[in-house]
Parts: sequence; structure tokens; C-alpha cells
Amino acid sequence: MTGAATVGRADTAARRSRVLRYVGGRLLTAVVSLFAVMVTSFFLFRILPGDPVRAMTTGREVTVEQQAELRRQFGLDQPLWQQFLDYCAGLARFDFGLSYQYRVPVSELIAEAIGPTVLLAGTGTLVAALIGVTLGIRAGWRHGSVGDRANTAVALFLFSVPSFWLGLLFIVVLASGTGWLPGLFPTGGMATPGVDGVVAVTVDVGHHLVLPVATMVAVVYAQYLMIMRSSMLDETGADYLTTARAKGLRDALVLRRHAVPNALLPTVTLIFLNLGRVVGGVILIETVFSWPGLGSLFYSGLQVPDLPLVQALFVVFASAVIIMNLLADLVYPLLDPRVRT
Amino acid sequence: MSGPAGEGVPASARALAWERRRRALVGFCRQYARNRAGLYGLGGLLLIGMVALSAPLFIDQAAISVTGAPGQRFESPSVEYPLGTDAFGRSVLDLVVWGARISLAVGFLATFVSVALGTLIGIVAGHFGGLGGNALMRVTDWFMVLPTLVMAIALAAVLSRSTLTIVVAIGVTAWPVTARLVRAQTLAVEARPFIERARALGGGHGYVMVRHVLPNVMPVVLAQTTLLVAEAIIMESTLAFLGLGDPATISWGGILQEARNAGAVSSGIWWYMIPPGLAIALVALSFTLCGRALEGVLNPRLRERR
Repeated sequence: MTGAATVGRADTAARRSRVLRYVGGRLLTAVVSLFAVMVTSFFLFRILPGDPVRAMTTGREVTVEQQAELRRQFGLDQPLWQQFLDYCAGLARFDFGLSYQYRVPVSELIAEAIGPTVLLAGTGTLVAALIGVTLGIRAGWRHGSVGDRANTAVALFLFSVPSFWLGLLFIVVLASGTGWLPGLFPTGGMATPGVDGVVAVTVDVGHHLVLPVATMVAVVYAQYLMIMRSSMLDETGADYLTTARAKGLRDALVLRRHAVPNALLPTVTLIFLNLGRVVGGVILIETVFSWPGLGSLFYSGLQVPDLPLVQALFVVFASAVIIMNLLADLVYPLLDPRVRT
Repeated sequence: MSGPAGEGVPASARALAWERRRRALVGFCRQYARNRAGLYGLGGLLLIGMVALSAPLFIDQAAISVTGAPGQRFESPSVEYPLGTDAFGRSVLDLVVWGARISLAVGFLATFVSVALGTLIGIVAGHFGGLGGNALMRVTDWFMVLPTLVMAIALAAVLSRSTLTIVVAIGVTAWPVTARLVRAQTLAVEARPFIERARALGGGHGYVMVRHVLPNVMPVVLAQTTLLVAEAIIMESTLAFLGLGDPATISWGGILQEARNAGAVSSGIWWYMIPPGLAIALVALSFTLCGRALEGVLNPRLRERR
């Protein structure tokens, strides 16, 4: 008895240290990745040919003294290593410097724009994941059927369609009011000016949200469908399904109680891991629909080019993806006992 | 199905090798032909490739320059201009056909850059392993996590605006998937006895990697390459659409950017916007279909899934 208990205790201890090592390893990887992103974004935007001050002042007459003053204001007269230290210190305080074009702190711009982006990306990902997973389950379960082939074909086509073009088409057909249909939806933006009251604003924002979300879903869901489908296919031959059938369960129950829970697990992580694509999609869709989020901000920063803004957004986008990946890594062992050992 | 050198007569080693290769090729084609979607993709690619290559024969370069435009602004489709005209009076059909040249060229070049980079890193990481190999894979993982589009946009924004920049931006961001794939395949190949034999006979690192590992890794790379071209073409059009391309060249993304800037979206000038986007989608789809068919043939584990 005592021997077994000791073994059990040793087991728990070993397991705990293994879990700690796993979590520690992931955390370390994420921190190193974040640091690498910071360094990359600093040096990447410093190899920009041309003078940022000239870019800031295009189309205006500026004296040499004014240029020097601007340089001092933005810290561009400092040596590179000093700029890098200032930049790191700034990042630690969420201070990304002043935007060249708006002349306000970049952190304020980002704080303003982050809400709309989260709203759009969140709604889009959620709807896309629901549709993709549902269709993927059906396609995988009845694989080779007409429905499966039709679903796969549509998914592959949407996979090949550039998201910005799809957004433009939606605007032409459903919003511009020039074709056969009247303008059912707004052509862009997030809210109609002058709308007041909680209910009215919610309805108005929802109305503006329809086309951007539809575009995003169309582009992203195909991926979830294919992932879910192939993960269903991995399960279809499994012995436990034969057992479930042998004990007389109906097909729908075999699917719901046995196949789907197992197939869903890899899909959950892959949904997190594919967030990079969602970020890319958000930038394009916000640009097309003039949605006042981080993507539009990125686009407007690129046109100048507004160095601090673009650099900060690069860090924000990359960090968001790294942190999401970290979450997926940490949550996955909790969901799937198979990888815990 | 015996070799050209008849019964009883021992064929030379070279003839035997060629015979084996010929038979492998025939088997490969037969397998591929079983995938109908793959055949459609291949047909589409051949057609588009031929149109792109022969474009200078029936399109006058002057007619697609901004100054030499033959028509009026925004003419709707007619017999003379089957897809109407753009903001400068150029035929949209001509522009789309001409755009295929840049889009395909950039797609292929960028894919080449990224596949070369990915294969090199993958083979080196797989062959040497150890600390260096692990470090390489860490870098790969890091690149894999970064949002590709954000990275490509940043690169394209930082470098000067040219088609070469786009090629570099896509090539430098798209390699990690290839690298992972190649590394896995390298590890599998290196575990086989013929590698040990080559080493025992005195083959150095370079020799083993180039003569033995590379040829065995190529099939996996080929399928991946075809899928990457589709991605590269979409990426190219995206960067051009965001205004990061070379404004002087005609590409599908560039046409769409011009259409948007000219107000084609709000005034419903559909003939200016639908053809370039459809062209991107069809080319990308063709490459995807071919890539999936190739993958199915070359990766037997996937074969029963289609």
C-alpha cells in the first residue's frame, strides 16, 4: 500500500514538473518572439530610404531650422542605439511616440481604433468558425457525397478569391444602389452621424457591420471548413466509432457524442493558429469598407508613410497573433487529454 | 513492358535507370489524370499561360498606355470593347490580358524565391540538426506565426516601389511552410540506409544533401510550390491594391486599385472591377486544384481522401 502511494505521489510530482516545464517553455518562447518582433519592427522601419522629415513635410515650404526642430521633436537627431533604447522604454509604457500625420500620440489613435477592429474581427471569426465547423462536420461525415463535393468546391473557390475584391463587389451590388438593387447597406464607415440613443446606435452599427462581416466570413470560413473536414476524416475510421455503432447508437448520436468532440479538438487550436490570416483579412476589409479600426489606420499610415504609426501597428498585430498562439498552446492540453502524456 | 534491350541481354545501367524513370512518369500521369479537378486546373493554367505569353501578338502596347488610350472614359461594354473601358479610355479586356503577364511572373518569381529559401533552410536544419538546426527551426516558427500580410506590407512599404520589391516581400515572408515540410521530409529520408551507404563511401555533407536528400525532397516541394503560386498571386494583387506596387506596370491588383480610386465602386462601373478580380480568382483556383491533385498523387496518405 505505502509503496503504491509513494509511486502515486512521485507520479503527481513528475506530472506537475512536466506541466510547469511545458508552460514555462511556452511562455519563454512567446516572450522571445515578442522581443524579436520589437527589434524587427524598429530596424525594419529604420532602413526606410529617404528622410522621414521630408515625407512629413511634403507639399509645404519648410526652413532648415524647422526641419531640425521636427527632427529634434521626433528624436531623429539621436544616434540609432539611443533611439532604440528610447523606443524600448516607450514600448514598456505603451508609448509609441507621436504620429507624423495626425500629430497626436500613436497610443491614443490605437486606443480609439481597437474597439471597432475587435468588434469586426470577433464577430467575423465567430460566425465564420460556426459556419465552417458545421459545414465541415457534414462534409467530413458524408465525405464523397454530393454535398461534400459541393461544399469543398465552394470553399476552394472562396479560398482563391481576394477578400478586398469580394468586399468591392458587395459594395457595388448591395450598397452603391446603382445596379438592379437599391442600396440596402451603407457603403462604408461604422456609424451614421447624428444617430442617437443606445438602441438606434446598436441597430445602426449592426447595419454597417453586415457587409464587412459577410466579406470576412466568406474569405475565412473555407479554411475552418477544410480543417474540420479533414479532422473528421481522421476520425471516421476509428475503432471507437465502430464500437459505438455496434452497441446500436443511431448515426446522428454516433456523430454528435463520439466523432464531433474528438474531431473538434484539433480544429480549436487551428482556429487560433490561423489568426494571422484573420489579421490580414481585417486590414483589407477595413480599408475597403472605411471601417474606423486598426486596419484603416495601418493603411492611412502606409500612404504617408507615418513611421511611428505603422511601426506600432506592426507590433500590435504581431503581438496579438503571438499571444493568441500562446493561449492556444496553453489551453489545448486542458482540452485534449491525449497530448497531456 | 520490358526495356528496349530485349530479353536476356543485360541493359546498361543508364538504360535501366531511364526505363525506370519513364515508367514512374507514366504512372504519375495516370494517377494525376484520375483527379478530374486537377485536370481542370491544369487546363485552365495552360490556357491562361498561353494567353499571357501571346498577349503582345494581339495587343498594341500603345493602346494600353495612359496617353495612347483609344476610347472614351468609362465606356460600357460594346463590340469594340468587350469589357468596356477604364478611367483613361483603355480597353479593360486588354488590360486584364496584359495584367496576366505581371501577375503570373510575380507569382512564379516570388514562389521561386520562397521555395528556394525554404528548401535550403529546411534541408540544412534537417541535415545538421543539433543546436544550429533547432535555432533555424525556431526562426522558422517565428516567421510562421507572424501575420504574412502584415510582414509583406511592411517590407513593401519600406523598400522602393517596384515589382522586384513585391517579389522580395512575398518571397521572404512565404518560406516557413516549405521549410517545415522540407525539414520533416529530410529527417525521413536521412533515416534510410542509402544515406548511411553514401556516408560510408565518404560522401560529405554537401554531397549527401545535394545528391541524395534534395532529389527525394523535391516531390513534396513540387506540390507545395504549386499551392504557393496561388497564394503569391493573391498576395501580389493585394499589395498592388494597397498601392504598394509599381504604379507604372499593369497588374490585376493595380487595375482594381485604379478602379477604386476612380470611383468605380460607388458609380457601379462593374466592368472595370469584375474582370480583374475574377481573373485572380480563376488563376489562383487553377493553381490550387493542380497543387491538391499533385499532393494527392505524391502523398499517398492523402490519396483516399479525395
